[in-house]
Amino acid sequence: MTDEIKNERRLGTVISGSLTQGVQVKLDPAKSVEDIAVGRYVAIRGEKKRFFGMITDISLEAVDPRALVMPPDISDPFIAEVVSGTTTFGKLRVLPMQTISAAAGGGEGPQPAKTVPAHFSQVELASQADVESVFGKEDARRFYIGTPLDMETKICLDMVELVKRSNGVFGKSGTGKTFLTRMLLIGMMQKSKSTSLIFDMHNEYGWEGTSEKEHKVKGLKQLFPGSVAVFSLDESYDKRRKVKSDFTVKIGWDEIEPEDIQMLRYVLNLTEAAVQAVYELAKEFTDEKWLEQTLQAFDSDSSVLVEKLKIHEGTWRNLRRGLRQLTRFKFLVRHAPEDTVKTILEYISSGKSVVLQFGGYDDIAAYVLVANLLTRRIYNQWREKVDRALAEESKQPDQLVITIEEAHRFLNPEIASQTIFGKIAREMRKYRVTILVIDQRPSGIDEEVMSQLGTKIICLLDNEKDVDAVLTGVAGKSELKAVLSKLESKQQALIFGHALPMPVVVKIREYGSAESYKTLGPLHGGTPRVNADKLDDLWT
Amino acid sequence: MDLDKQIAEVIETSNSEFLAQCYELDAVPAFGSLVKTRSRDCQIYALVCASGTHSIEQGRRIVARGQGAASPAEVFKAHPQLAKLLCSDFRALVVGHDRGGVIREYLPPSPAGIYAFVYACKPEEVRLFTGSLDFLDLLIDSRLPAATDEVIAAFLRFASLTHEAPQEFLVKAGKGLAWLLSNDIRRLDSLLKRLRI
Repeated sequence: MTDEIKNERRLGTVISGSLTQGVQVKLDPAKSVEDIAVGRYVAIRGEKKRFFGMITDISLEAVDPRALVMPPDISDPFIAEVVSGTTTFGKLRVLPMQTISAAAGGGEGPQPAKTVPAHFSQVELASQADVESVFGKEDARRFYIGTPLDMETKICLDMVELVKRSNGVFGKSGTGKTFLTRMLLIGMMQKSKSTSLIFDMHNEYGWEGTSEKEHKVKGLKQLFPGSVAVFSLDESYDKRRKVKSDFTVKIGWDEIEPEDIQMLRYVLNLTEAAVQAVYELAKEFTDEKWLEQTLQAFDSDSSVLVEKLKIHEGTWRNLRRGLRQLTRFKFLVRHAPEDTVKTILEYISSGKSVVLQFGGYDDIAAYVLVANLLTRRIYNQWREKVDRALAEESKQPDQLVITIEEAHRFLNPEIASQTIFGKIAREMRKYRVTILVIDQRPSGIDEEVMSQLGTKIICLLDNEKDVDAVLTGVAGKSELKAVLSKLESKQQALIFGHALPMPVVVKIREYGSAESYKTLGPLHGGTPRVNADKLDDLWT
Repeated sequence: MDLDKQIAEVIETSNSEFLAQCYELDAVPAFGSLVKTRSRDCQIYALVCASGTHSIEQGRRIVARGQGAASPAEVFKAHPQLAKLLCSDFRALVVGHDRGGVIREYLPPSPAGIYAFVYACKPEEVRLFTGSLDFLDLLIDSRLPAATDEVIAAFLRFASLTHEAPQEFLVKAGKGLAWLLSNDIRRLDSLLKRLRI
């Protein structure tokens, strides 16, 4: 590297600071604060170590406070140029996060920073080599997710580590959560050998999705037809879109259990007493037929039944209004012709990911009902499978990742302890099932669940409560908060947690153009199952 | 002006400054320009910080003689003895020295020699000397016959013209002054205003 480049990168010198608060860096006079951005990476050349950190704040300072009260005559461009960086100067706050061996060629690799660089250490913008040495290169287990701000270096996530724990994607509506999730799912399929079950409420992941600019982008099935199966709840939607799904999901009334109704309590606006009545009704009728019979009871004279079960009239009315909402879902039939759970598990066991599209049923009640019902039964069977594999000491099944949207509906503090998703987030890691939660209101998610999320990927959030919720328990919270609030509203995300060594602000990799599909490469590092060129011919 | 020819001779000297008498009447170097002379063991650089012309005898006042003359030159023509009775001299502030080919911007170990010849510095020498701005430290706290800031500003303006990018040099010097005067914004402001070419 020439000295000239080094000088161009040079930002300033460390003047004070602490490990917890970050170090203060006085900006060189030649550098303008306006060229610096929060979230950028810097390298600090300490006496013995090279530190890698992130800019978390930028401030304006003056050598003498009087200069601020009686500023020099800066209407004169010459005087303005002279005082900039001398009498007045810029100051950066840098959070040292990793130490890289100062010796050329790496050494022992990056380690979390346990000290700060010495006084007057030189600070420079991180080079590509610095970023690579911290985040690693794209390889068999690392997936290229995006680039740091103002750099071309690839930031890679360790997908094998990522899928071992539950993860979260958060951000306001319209900040690119769906694109980001699609990218993550592709990464998981390519690099981690995990299979996914995706509850696709808005039909974005399976066959094709739409971008903000209203043009269509390819879904997982188009990219990896051999490895993805699209299940659909809504045949008429498939017909309208002229796509064929691999399986049409029907759910029998006899499959719905009182627990499923309990999960729908807030969605269907049921009272606590109504939920209790559901359990009573299930006990009264035979377990399987209870819902069908209850619905019939709504239509006939139910006074005897109500009397017998001591259900208050108001509660009965509340229950009737709530449960009748379910009857408009066409995918609910008296008895399902095929066992959906079995089919999903067959696909998953053969290594295929399943996208369950909700078609026209973009109703939260349908989503919560189906996702809960299927996941609970899949969980039970998966658990048996893992236990069996453990007992027989045979090969354990691959990791299963279940993706849910609108996660706060499943994981809010009132019901998180009861839903299957809460259970998976808390303890299913050992049964090789994790969840990927996607949500725009993280403050609505139970704290315990949030704390169990391994890696959090956060697009722009501006609600104070939401920001606090995602950053609870994270080191350097206030600094990350500053970074988070300054994210651009699109294609940028703050990622931190288990799958990467330090928090990172990423400009998310492009998705949607023919070129971007080509760069996604083959599945599982083997030969491509689909030729991207041919796909373009087919779909453009 | 022939820059290889001496212009004056040191007639009063100390570690920090010297007084030099010019060979020609009124031929004093410009205020704020850089001159050089020698001490016992090194070459000394100094800034012209005051200059003037006066009678060679302290008790003898100069009187006006030009009534009715068309120009001052006619006065000298009418009174040729005047050129011998008057002299021009200048006071220079030592700002650095050169020993063994290395310029050092602090006071030399010995003062300029008495009767040492004084030369005006060539543009190249001024450029080299102002390659570093450490001399500003010496200047800023000096007590001079003229206002210190006037001398500093005059020298920086003079030196800037020897650089390829005068404005860039002045900004660099200005930043140096801003550091030194960080606790005196008013003085810095007025000094910077005098740096405009």
